[in-house]
This record gives sequence, structure tokens and C-alpha cells, in this order.
Amino acid sequence: MSVTEDTQPVFTGAVLEALQAVLGRYPTKQAALLPALWLAQRERGWISDRVMAEVAEVLGLTPAYVKGVVTFYTMYHQHPVGKHFVQVCTTSPCNICGAEGVLKALLEQTGARDAGATSPDGNWTVIEVECLGACGFATPVLVNDDFIESVTVEKVPALVRKYR
Amino acid sequence: MAEGVITLTIDGVPVSVPPGTLVIEAAKQAGVLVPHYCYHPGLEVAGVCRMCLVEIEKAPKLQIACATTVTEGMVVKTQTVQAKDARQGVLEFLLINHPLDCPICDQAGECELQDFVFQEGRAATRYGEFAKRFNPVEDFGPDILYVPNRCILCTRCVRFMEDLAREPVLNVSERGDRAFVGIHPDARLDHPWAGNVVDLCPVGSLLSKDFLHKARAWELDKTPSICTGCSQGCNISLDTREEVVVRVRPRSNLEVNQYFICDHGRMHYPWMNRGDRIEAPLVKHNGELRATDWEEAFDRVVTILRGAAGGGKAVAIVSPGASSEALALVKRLLSGFDWKGAFQVVMGDEAPLPGVPNLALRAERVPNAKGAERLGYTRDYAAALAAAATASVVFVLDDPDCGVQTAGALIYAGTVLPAESTCRNADVVLPIANVAEEEGTFVNRDGREQRYFPAKPAPGMAQPAAWVFGELVAAMGLAEAQR
Amino acid sequence: MGFPHQPHPKETVVLSQYFGDPDARTYKGWVKRGGYEALRNALATAPAAVVEQVKESGLRGRGGAGFPTGLKWSFMPKAKTRPHYVCVNADESEPGTFKDREIMRWTPHALLEGAAIAAHAIQAEVVVIYIRGEFTEPWAITEKALAEADAAGVFGTIKVYLHRGAGAYICGEETALMNSIEGKRGNPRIKPPFPAVAGLFGMPTTINNVETLAAVPHILNRGAAWYRGLSLSNPQSTGTKLFSVCGHVQRPGNYEVTLGFPLKDLLYDLCGGPLPGRTLKACIPGGSSVPILTREETEACLLDYEGVVASGSMLGSGGVIVFDDSTDMVYQIMRLARFYAHESCAQCTQCREGTAWTTKILERILAGQGKTEDLDLLLDLSENMTGKTICVLSDSCAAPIVSGIKKFRGEFDAYLAGARSPVPVG
Repeated sequence: MSVTEDTQPVFTGAVLEALQAVLGRYPTKQAALLPALWLAQRERGWISDRVMAEVAEVLGLTPAYVKGVVTFYTMYHQHPVGKHFVQVCTTSPCNICGAEGVLKALLEQTGARDAGATSPDGNWTVIEVECLGACGFATPVLVNDDFIESVTVEKVPALVRKYR
Repeated sequence: MAEGVITLTIDGVPVSVPPGTLVIEAAKQAGVLVPHYCYHPGLEVAGVCRMCLVEIEKAPKLQIACATTVTEGMVVKTQTVQAKDARQGVLEFLLINHPLDCPICDQAGECELQDFVFQEGRAATRYGEFAKRFNPVEDFGPDILYVPNRCILCTRCVRFMEDLAREPVLNVSERGDRAFVGIHPDARLDHPWAGNVVDLCPVGSLLSKDFLHKARAWELDKTPSICTGCSQGCNISLDTREEVVVRVRPRSNLEVNQYFICDHGRMHYPWMNRGDRIEAPLVKHNGELRATDWEEAFDRVVTILRGAAGGGKAVAIVSPGASSEALALVKRLLSGFDWKGAFQVVMGDEAPLPGVPNLALRAERVPNAKGAERLGYTRDYAAALAAAATASVVFVLDDPDCGVQTAGALIYAGTVLPAESTCRNADVVLPIANVAEEEGTFVNRDGREQRYFPAKPAPGMAQPAAWVFGELVAAMGLAEAQR
Repeated sequence: MGFPHQPHPKETVVLSQYFGDPDARTYKGWVKRGGYEALRNALATAPAAVVEQVKESGLRGRGGAGFPTGLKWSFMPKAKTRPHYVCVNADESEPGTFKDREIMRWTPHALLEGAAIAAHAIQAEVVVIYIRGEFTEPWAITEKALAEADAAGVFGTIKVYLHRGAGAYICGEETALMNSIEGKRGNPRIKPPFPAVAGLFGMPTTINNVETLAAVPHILNRGAAWYRGLSLSNPQSTGTKLFSVCGHVQRPGNYEVTLGFPLKDLLYDLCGGPLPGRTLKACIPGGSSVPILTREETEACLLDYEGVVASGSMLGSGGVIVFDDSTDMVYQIMRLARFYAHESCAQCTQCREGTAWTTKILERILAGQGKTEDLDLLLDLSENMTGKTICVLSDSCAAPIVSGIKKFRGEFDAYLAGARSPVPVG
């Protein structure tokens, strides 16, 4: 999938205002880093090296510092992802309840094929994640910000249809 | 218990140290080097490599010596089975992803991973056939390469850039066993003090391009010296291989440069090896300089000085890179004259290491201006050059580009004699040693007198300037008079 | 109540009383149910007296370590010279644990009220609630509840903020969580200094788990003696606790019981026992970081801090993972090791390298390529990974490996002997 990066600044207008609200809470600008990255990702869908440099500029940090933080947290995308970003928990408690089957079904139904890859139509990226913290509701799946409980292989086609 | 002193026992040796001392430092006083990687006395404590695990009586588990502060009566044991097993465990973990490419690694021979594995490591690996982590070599900066496969993630480099250089261009990227030291693609490791990360790296992960594959560590002779790059007076080691300076490294001096030197000083050495040196004394015969021996050269100088003495005017144009000894002897040699001495200071931008108080690459890019001033030489270079025109005797000490013109006698003592230098008009040319070839003293900007020592022989018949002027002072009968 | 199921008569419903009741999520609904009375009373009480009541109740941390909450609060400086902080650990990420999620989803005001009481007790101006990034729904509900409570002015001068994590299990470690709020990698800090001396932004800080704080309003409302009286076995373990039960049981979910409750009853009565035709093989009683129990140990285990230790494991977070006789224990232990290898922050050598190496060995065994010496190697590496690092992530990886090999060695041996078909591991 070829992607042309939006090179306009992220932190203008409402996004900048949202960041400033966070900045007011803490004694350091640095403490707004995770919130700033969330804002940037919400706007752009992922966090490019350029955006990291912009975040660094806004918060008085260095781009390398920001990159070190971005790469620590698995929820920040360092590459563009599909329109629907699907996270499937496959840690032990879900694994014993059939999570691997759910993952396989999601990969097949969305056309994403391989975990971490994006479907040819650019609509789906499906990844395997460690514990989503809803082990009693195996298998939990996050589609973008929608947290869906108790997904089974049988429920996958309907789930995919809903977002298609 | 003495006031303000903590007494403890380390491997059975009692030591007394100031309160607040770390166990790892107290151990040094007991003659015990606790193996460690992330700890460095010049950096903030990180406590991450977990190599310096030791047993401390009454503690429920092993403690890291680098982050444990001494307490009165503490009993530390570094050689118990548990402590040694734990450290052996760390070494084994560090080695599983290490390429063990020591034969082609610059760090071999001065590698802390080699050293501690040699001391305490396992004889064989248990990692088996698993693939090792692989990441390509990265170009971090003008002089620095990063070899991630050798990296043990001690984070000394990251902390140096963050806490001391205050320019965090390095990070730890990713996590778990995928982690590596990273840099933003738009950034460069080009801070004026960045080269220290190469010295700080305990393994061969951060390399100097300048030194790359130049020499094996065990072939190097190390000579204590003082950096001539500026007036800070950083303590350095001149590392030579077969009488060629191949590397400059910092020597620790907590009062002057702690453990660090700047990149300007680090690279301020190739000229020490230059081949176009004056190798024999030269005297003028029929308007032409001809090589001779020291005896004839000294005779000619003595003749000139005796002929011109008695109220004559003399001027000395000197290099502020000359030793205080040489400068003092030049002054004494001219003691019968109405003399004037001056030097010129090359200036540049000041570049501090922000995390260390009073440490910077100084704007004055010469090592001994303070020493020259103390001896009465001035910065009034232009006036001295003007006075030289009419002086009866002019001495130039290793400043061939001064452009001096004189109606009197010109004596030049120097290391080189460029084709366009007006010092080619000299009556006598005396070949002298450079800083790497002699013993001497510099006075840094804070007035600290510091000795440096010869790292290699001077070429041909060249001699230290202090010897040359000492001989002349003696020949003039001025040595006794001064005592 | 065992949401999503109806309460079982053997439960002691305190924290979970309003689980499943959307009206309790609203400020008005919460007040109607007696909410914010405890906070109002606390704000009119001297901080030291609030600390005393919590001490008296015997409440201990519900996040995993079980440290007495009142005692923790009492470590904060009494003389106030610098800002104080309360951090709320809502980074629930321990495999098998999903109780804080339910508290935030159904009774966000219980958390907010408890956190504000804590702030008053330790003289903090600011509360920061750190919610893991994946908890989108608990975040939205808690955010709405906070806005309503703020609008009602119930917190007085105390400011309460939500802070979103971004995918890192280790941020559940208290000092890693503080680093994360400060905009850093979530690396645990070396201790000392402890948070009460230098915590968030270097200031005195108390950090508590969601469930711990949610219990505080009840203690203040009903009295420390009432709470202390809730104890079925050991008087050092008081109150009720939510147990998240997952895996091979008929009714997984959260169940609230008085401490000292038999694990056997939790699994067989409340959760309906194993799936039809299956029998219980093993159980991890306190989240994936604690040793695995055999069926016999499970059935004899009492659920309180001391009881689970006596059974050979730990109460931990109360995340109960149940494995029946269909389970390949070697595979599950590999999955857990892989989890820790994925989550290691990379600071300490033993953890960074050890979690990955042990995972590779387990994968090799599963692939039928294991060597006879692999089990001894795993045990030796586990020893090197235990008690030697800044935090306990490394120990947590070792715990299921060591207990797994000890208790289910036959399954490992079957792979090593080629008596079991290799399992592809991706």
C-alpha cells in the first residue's frame, strides 16, 4: 500500500487546543507526550518520523527521545495501518478458549491474510496482541476503539460485515 | 566511629568512606573491582545491567553494588557462590546475542565483556542453535558507527547524551530482546562532545571511524599527556602504535575534565605524526641554510647573542603551545637584553559539556597561554612583530607563520619550516620536538600546572625545546647566575 | 455478582453490587445509591483519622502485592512542603485479570470517590488515573463520570485527571506507571527512593489499585470493624475481593467473595465447574505471574493472602486461570513466557534476554526439537531470572516455568521423548 504522508503540521486549531488543555495539568511539558501522540495518531492514523519531530518541537524534546518512547508502546503505529485496525488477544487464557481460531478467521474474512499485514483494499489490518484484559470474555477483539467481547469463530463473519 | 566516616567490610577488608558512598566505589578502596557495565562514575546510576550483584549481610537477596549506599557495619561479600553464579548468569545472557566477532572488533583487548567473561564467565554456551539477534551497522555521526549486534544495552551512551551533553539524540528503541540504541533519522550524533560515547561503550558497539581497524588495543602504548586543543587542559592519553600516535583518549581528572574530552581535542593529533619535520640544525652560510650539528648551531647562536648583547633590543615570538620550561629558558637567554616576548592565540567557538561544571572546549585554542603570561610574555603580538623589525636579535619559537621581518639576527627554533615562512631567513634554525615527543608543563586557564610526557621519539636530531634552550643558557653562562 | 451472571448466594456483594446496572454509572444514580457520602464525610475529617480508619480495616492492596493500604498512606510526609500525588493504577494487564475493568465500566464513581478520599488522606492536590490504552470502554465511562462529578463539585480542591496508556504491560508496575505519566518509556525505577519519598514528578506519591480504592468508600461508610469482620480464614486478610475467573469453566466472570473463601467452591459452585465432560487439571490463582497449582492444590486452596501462599502460589491480582484436562500445559507455559518476552521493558539483562531465551527453548520443545538437558536449563535460567532485577517481570516469567516443570513434568518429558506430536509454533 503506497501512502503519501500528510506533511502539514498536526498541532493546529482544535488539536493544538486539546494538547494545551493537557499541558495545563502537569508540571512538565514532557508529561503531555503520551496524550500528544494519541492526538497525532487520531488525526493521521499513524505516527511518522516527521510527526515525532513535530511532537518533539511542540514539547521541547528531541525527535530521538520521542522515537524511543513511541517504539516502547505497542499501540502507537509506526507505519500506516488499514482503515479498520483489529487487535485479537491470543494470550494463554484466550488461547485456551479458541483465540487462535478467531485470529485465523479474521485474517481470512478480512483478506488481510497475515497478522500485521494490511488487506489489499487497505481496509483491514489484523494483529495478534498480548492480553487485552478481558479474559473472562474470550476472545476479546478491538476494532479501532470498539471493544468487542466473546468473539468466536462463528461470530467473525457478522463482525467483519458490520465494518465492511 | 569517626565523624562523617562510614566503616564497612568488603571481602573481609575493612574500609572507611564518606557517607553516601556507593558500595561499588567503596569496594575499589578495598582493592575489589566489582564487575559492572551500566555503572560509570561520571554518569547517573542506572542499575540496569545487574552485573554488580553482591551479597550484603542481612539483605534478603543479592544487591547491586552500584545503587547501594554504604551503611555503618555493612558486610559485603563479592565472591560468594550466589553472587558469582548471579554474575555468571548475567554474562551468559549478555553473550547469547553477542556475535563474538572479537577478531574483527576494535574493542578487543580493552573490552569489558571479554574481561569479565574471562574472569567469571562460563566455559561454553548453552544457547545452542538459536539464531542471534541481527541488526545492520548504523552511521550515527561524523565519527561514530553503531554496531547493534554487539550492544549490551548498558545505556551509558544514552545517559551521556541526555544528562551530560543535554542533547538526547540517542534513545533506547523498542523493548524486550528487540531493543537497541536508536537515533531519529533526521538527527546526527555530532555534538562537540559526542566522541565520549565511544570511550564509554564497554564493548565494541560504538566505534570511532577514525580509529576503525587501525590497531589492536594490546599493541598500543599509552602515554599520559595534556590536550593542546584549547586552554582547558584536559588530561589525555596519547595512544601510539610503533611510534605513531593513532588515538587520543581522555584520562580521568576530576578537577579538570572528569572522564571526558571533546571531539576537537580527540581529533587534534594527526599533526603530531607529520613527516615534513626539520630533522637537523641549520645555519646560514652565504645566505643559504645548511644542515649542521648541534655544536656548530649553538656556537653560531652564542656568537650572535654575545655580539648583540649589552643594551641591545631582543624580541621573542613564541608559540603558546610551547612548554613553560622552554618559555622560561628563552626568557633567561634574553635576560641581558631589553626584551619583549609575545604570542598569538587562535580563537574558536566555545563548546561546553553542559552537565559538567567548568568543562568546555575553550575559545582559546592553545594549551599554555596562561603559562606564557605568567613568564611575562604578552598578547601584544602586533607590537612585538613591529619591534622585531629593529631588534638586534629575534627569537621565534615554533611559530613559523608569524611573518617576522628583522634587520637583526633571526633565530628560529621549530618543528617545521614551511616553504613560504619568513623564518627561512633565519641565521640559525634549531629543530625541536613536538608535544608528543617531549616532557613538559602547561598551565591551564585555571592556573593548574600539568605535566605531559613523551609518547614517541623526535625525528632526526630534533630535541625538546627545553633541552635546546637549556644548552644555550649554559653556554652563555647564565645558568649559574640565575641560581 | 458474577457479572455477566446473576449473583450467587455464596458471594459477598460489596464492590460488585451495581455491576450490570447502568444507572449506577451516572452521578445522580450513584448519589441515589449513597455515593459520595463517604467522600463528603472524609473531607470533613482530619487526614490522619482517615488513614487510621483504613489501617484499622485491614484493607490490603488488590493489585497484586497485598501491601496494607493504610500503612502505605501513612508513609507519606505528614508535614506538607511539596505537592503530593495520588496515582491510580488502572493499567490492568495481568493475564487472567479483568476486575478493574468491571469496576470502571459499572461503578466509575466508586473509583473516583475512593481516589478522592485517598487524596484527602495523604494531602494530595492531584489524582492521576492511569488507564491502559486498550480499555476504550472503561475510559469513556470513567471520563463521563468524572465530568459529571467535576460539574457537581464533589472533589473540592482536588483535581482528578485520566491518563491513557498506550500498550505496555509493564506500566502496571508502580514506578513504570509514573514514568509513563511523565512522558517516558515505561521503565521501572530502582528503589529506593520509594514513591512516598519521590514518586510522580519526584514528589511524594501514593499509588493504589482501582479495586483497593473502590473499597475505601464502603469502609468509611460502614466502618473499619465491619470490614475487618469480613474474613473467613486469616485475620490478616480482610474484606471482600473480586476474583476474575477465566479459561475452562462453565461461567467465567467476576465473583466477589470474602477473603478466605475456598477456591474449590469458587470454581465448582460459583463458576459451575469444568466444561461438560472435562476435569480440572491446573489453575493459576493470582494472575499469570504466580506459580501454577495442580488440581489437588487448587481444591485445597483458601483464597486469601496467606492461604494461597500456603498452597504454593500467591493471591496476586485475583485473576484465576483454569485449565482442564484438554490443556497442553507446555504450550500454555510457552504462551505465558512469550507474553513476558513481549512485555519486558529491556532494562535488566536477565529479563531482556532471559524471557526471550526461555520462550525459544519452550518453542523448541513443542516443535519436537527439545534436548534432554532443556528442562534443567530452563530451571537454571529461571533461577538466574528470579530476585535479581529491578522489578518482578522476570520473576513472573520464571514462576509458571518452574512450577510447570515441577508439577507437569510428564508433559514436557512426552515432547522430549517424541511421545507427543510436535506442535507448530508461530
